[in-house]
Amino acid sequence: MSEARIRWISGPVLRAGTQDVFHVHEAVAVGPSALLGEVIKLGPDDFVAQIYEDTTGLKPGDRVVGTGQALSVPLGPGILGTICDGLLRPLLAADGPFIRPGVRTGGARRFGFEPMVPAGTRVQSGQAIGRVASPRPQLCLVPPGTAPGVVRWMAPAGEFSGTEPICRLEHEGGASSEIALTHSWPVRESRPVRARLAIAGPMITGQRILDTLFPIGRGSRAALPGGFGTGKTVLQEALAKWSDADIIVYVGCGERGNEMSEVLDELPKLQDPRSGRPLMERTVIIANTSNMPVAAREASIYTAITVAEYFRDQGLHVALMADSTSRWAEALREVSGRLGELPGEAGYPAYLSSRLAQFYERAGRVRTLAGSEGSVTIIGAISPPAGDFTEPVTMHTRRCVRTFWALDRGRAQARFYPAIHPLQSYSGDVDALARWWQAQGNPDWSAQRKRLLELLEAQVRLERMARIVGKDALPPAQQLTLLCADLVNDAILRQSSFSETDRYCSPQRQTEILSLVIRFIDLAQGAVEAGVHPDRIGELPLRRTLQRIGEEFGETRIAQIRALWKQLDSEFSSLSRERVDAP
Amino acid sequence: MRPELTLEHGVQRIEGPLLFLERTVEIGLNARVEVIDRDGRARIGRVAALDERTFTIEVLESTLGLGVRDTQVRIWNEPMLFGVGPGMLGRTYDSIGQPTDGGAPVPAVRRMRIDGLAINPAVRALPRDFIETGVSAIDLMNSLVRGQKLPLFSGAGLPHDRLATDIVLQARLRHQAQGSFAVVFVGMGVSHDTAESFRDAMASSGALEHTAMFLNLADEPSTQRLLTPRYALTAAEYLAFVEGRHVLVVMTDMTNYCEALREVSAGHGELPSRKGYPGYMYSDLASLYERAGCIADLPGTLTQLPILSMPADDISHPIADLTGYITEGQIVLDRELDRRGIYPPVRVLPSLSRLMNAGTGEGFTHADHPALANQLFACYARAAHVRVLASVMGEESLPEVDRRFLAFGREFEQRLVHQEGRRSLEESMAIGWQLLRGLPVAELTRLTRRQIEQYLGGEVP
Ligand SMILES: Nc1ncnc2c1ncn2[C@@H]1O[C@H](COP(=O)(O)OP(=O)(O)O)[C@@H](O)[C@H]1O
Ligand SMILES: [Mg+2]
Repeated sequence: MSEARIRWISGPVLRAGTQDVFHVHEAVAVGPSALLGEVIKLGPDDFVAQIYEDTTGLKPGDRVVGTGQALSVPLGPGILGTICDGLLRPLLAADGPFIRPGVRTGGARRFGFEPMVPAGTRVQSGQAIGRVASPRPQLCLVPPGTAPGVVRWMAPAGEFSGTEPICRLEHEGGASSEIALTHSWPVRESRPVRARLAIAGPMITGQRILDTLFPIGRGSRAALPGGFGTGKTVLQEALAKWSDADIIVYVGCGERGNEMSEVLDELPKLQDPRSGRPLMERTVIIANTSNMPVAAREASIYTAITVAEYFRDQGLHVALMADSTSRWAEALREVSGRLGELPGEAGYPAYLSSRLAQFYERAGRVRTLAGSEGSVTIIGAISPPAGDFTEPVTMHTRRCVRTFWALDRGRAQARFYPAIHPLQSYSGDVDALARWWQAQGNPDWSAQRKRLLELLEAQVRLERMARIVGKDALPPAQQLTLLCADLVNDAILRQSSFSETDRYCSPQRQTEILSLVIRFIDLAQGAVEAGVHPDRIGELPLRRTLQRIGEEFGETRIAQIRALWKQLDSEFSSLSRERVDAP
Repeated sequence: MRPELTLEHGVQRIEGPLLFLERTVEIGLNARVEVIDRDGRARIGRVAALDERTFTIEVLESTLGLGVRDTQVRIWNEPMLFGVGPGMLGRTYDSIGQPTDGGAPVPAVRRMRIDGLAINPAVRALPRDFIETGVSAIDLMNSLVRGQKLPLFSGAGLPHDRLATDIVLQARLRHQAQGSFAVVFVGMGVSHDTAESFRDAMASSGALEHTAMFLNLADEPSTQRLLTPRYALTAAEYLAFVEGRHVLVVMTDMTNYCEALREVSAGHGELPSRKGYPGYMYSDLASLYERAGCIADLPGTLTQLPILSMPADDISHPIADLTGYITEGQIVLDRELDRRGIYPPVRVLPSLSRLMNAGTGEGFTHADHPALANQLFACYARAAHVRVLASVMGEESLPEVDRRFLAFGREFEQRLVHQEGRRSLEESMAIGWQLLRGLPVAELTRLTRRQIEQYLGGEVP
């Protein structure tokens, strides 16, 4: 084991002198409490390391021990359903109310294992050799990077800890190696895949404004920028709860502790609308809150994406929510400053944009080494200073992502949620997803979507005009456009995450609501062309029903939405009858 | 507590707030030191960096008058700790936790790190107990719960001190037993009269014996301002999580704190971020604000009410902006409302309580509370929108509906936001329903048919 002695220390950065061999990104244990650190710069007889915990009490002369391994996290069946710190060490209630620096306990759990291949089988890296049943079915793979080999021994079905061997391989030339349920992987290195695939299907989020207007594909990447209090966290949490991913990795990076406990409190009580299982079973929470060590905040994002790739390699669809990437960028800036690197825009290091690009590039739909399909979808929240989208993190992220969900302060202040601005947001996945909606029974999805966007755009233009001439002075067709745009906002875009009825909207319900609203618009336009005044349409009883449709017609009442068509037709026909009778 | 050792000589160099000393002793990072000048005056500092030959002390006060040859340094081989114990309440302390009221020192039963330790997210309990402050704009529209950190975003000359005092004196729980409470007042760079008037208000209501005051007055060293909230929050943590009290911490003025942070950072020659404030200001503020909360299985809670005066009333200024990102909402005070004689001058739209959902509604306050608040927000936002139109086109040329919204906006400010004396949540809600009666039922899309029929007596088409 290589050893060094601290020569200089300040804050979370130290320089240590050594005669031994250390490597860049090697994990080190520092001082008497073996604090975790990472080598970031090497000299001829010394190196610089950053430390991921509070360094109080460290001094020159203290020992720094190399682990011989790049900064890595242990990947195994035990991480699902838990909350961990930025380096994937479990945060347990048993560790007490306050986090103390140093190594944490971490329980010794055992998992029910079942072998999938008999002895004598030839296996390759990435191939499944066994499964674990709980908390949800998981596969045990030959760790990527393992040389091909023949299974010489396979454990029988039974209970195993994460580190006990469950399989022994013999490689070419007679060398042998053992596989356990848990293996470790360096966080800064992406895990290999057989091929990268194009976006083909959506990740259904259950949020109307996203799925209908700005959808995201499985394996795609989205940014969610917004000033404070505009709804980034609530939306990320809604996605963690209701999107149709198999696995959720939620990383709270430099944000509030209460938000972590909120997720921890709610997820076990909520059921997956598809599987009926508690949502916590498919979730990993990685928490590096704003008052936890800054260097670990930088690492937590890599930890999270590594965990996401680990599940992807099992042929699963994973969604990664990162709240907030701005705090990660700030951690990068802080560490860079301590190293005395030359600052770029707004003090961020010059490599900010390449680091962002590398991170988002780890998203994707892939063919795994074992030949199955898996994906990692990234949704990164951005917290721009003063809500200004021209700052460096937002600007650089924009170039890395396909989908952009811009949160708007005005909407948030009117408590119109989600406060996504329909004219500033966009999705690069629309064309790839139209076919999916078609297969779901909505051949008109693309056209309907386009129509809504045009309406919302016209609204802005007409409102500007109305401000000058007065609303009453607009021609009837334009007054109707304003009325319809309002309806689109209320019926489709507004959806409270706190409403038990409406927090999740299935694709089927979305299609019904969308079709009904479009029907309303069609009939209304017809009526106005026939001479009906828009005010009369505004007075139709059904308008209020439509404005509250998400709230009043939940998942159990989808059939009743269909039934409203008749009422719609009859209300409009009585309008036109009125007109005929009038003169 | 006896110091471990004293260095008579050894200061080699002084640069800004930093002292460079020969490393003749075994000493660790962040150790506490006292730097004593030739007149015997002690200043606080900590070990900021060490190498094999020298170590660096960051003096947390002015280095004015320190010399290389005649300065002594006393060193403790431990981080900065605060001795806390029973009898902390009813006392006044300086920036570094020493009593200034002439009384005996507090007998310490525990010595706690002034920087605190991060609360383990796995044992945080979600704050849910609604606090009725008696202020409609807060209780009805932006509710406060125990364990929340909810700042007042104010401006110079606005009545934030009065509002904070009102909240402290009027706050009560609705159903549960009150439990024993405590108030910690942290004055950072405040004037004598601010501190005095807070003390008087506490005294006249008999709350002084439940109050601990930590004061760093405007004429005291600004660098010590960075320590004041840390000592005070350590005391608050002791009162909450060891003694089991419900502690409300009033911190004023966070702007002075941030100015001190900027000053110290500049003294270190650090690269400034926005408006000269250091890049780590977010993390630094978080290390204070995140000390609020509730912990599972512990009886006490720590609620924070920080006050900050926004420079030039600018909510996008880094101090307000970073605070808003960390805290669980904000109550924004407005100069225009104040000028119109509205008290408290709370600008409701940009105000927010992120924990409102957790602490209101069925089982917490009133089943219809969240819907009513939501509807009021939507209507008031629309009124604000119409107000802009009216200022362009004149009120007469607006359609009838819009004029009703204008009237609603005025009433909302004058009858709901403005208040004299304490109001119960029920009284606030009754006013809210009354205001909505002035609007066409068809526009009230955040309410159910039942709510409209029950509270507004309206017919839903
Ligand atoms: N989709 C939503 N549904 C209901 N309420 C929301 C929604 N999004 C945001 N909110 C409200 O806005 C507040 C602030 O949202 P939050 O996600 O914490 O903001 P941010 O993370 O952007 O600072 C929440 O506490 C909640 O009251
Ligand atoms: Mg947030």
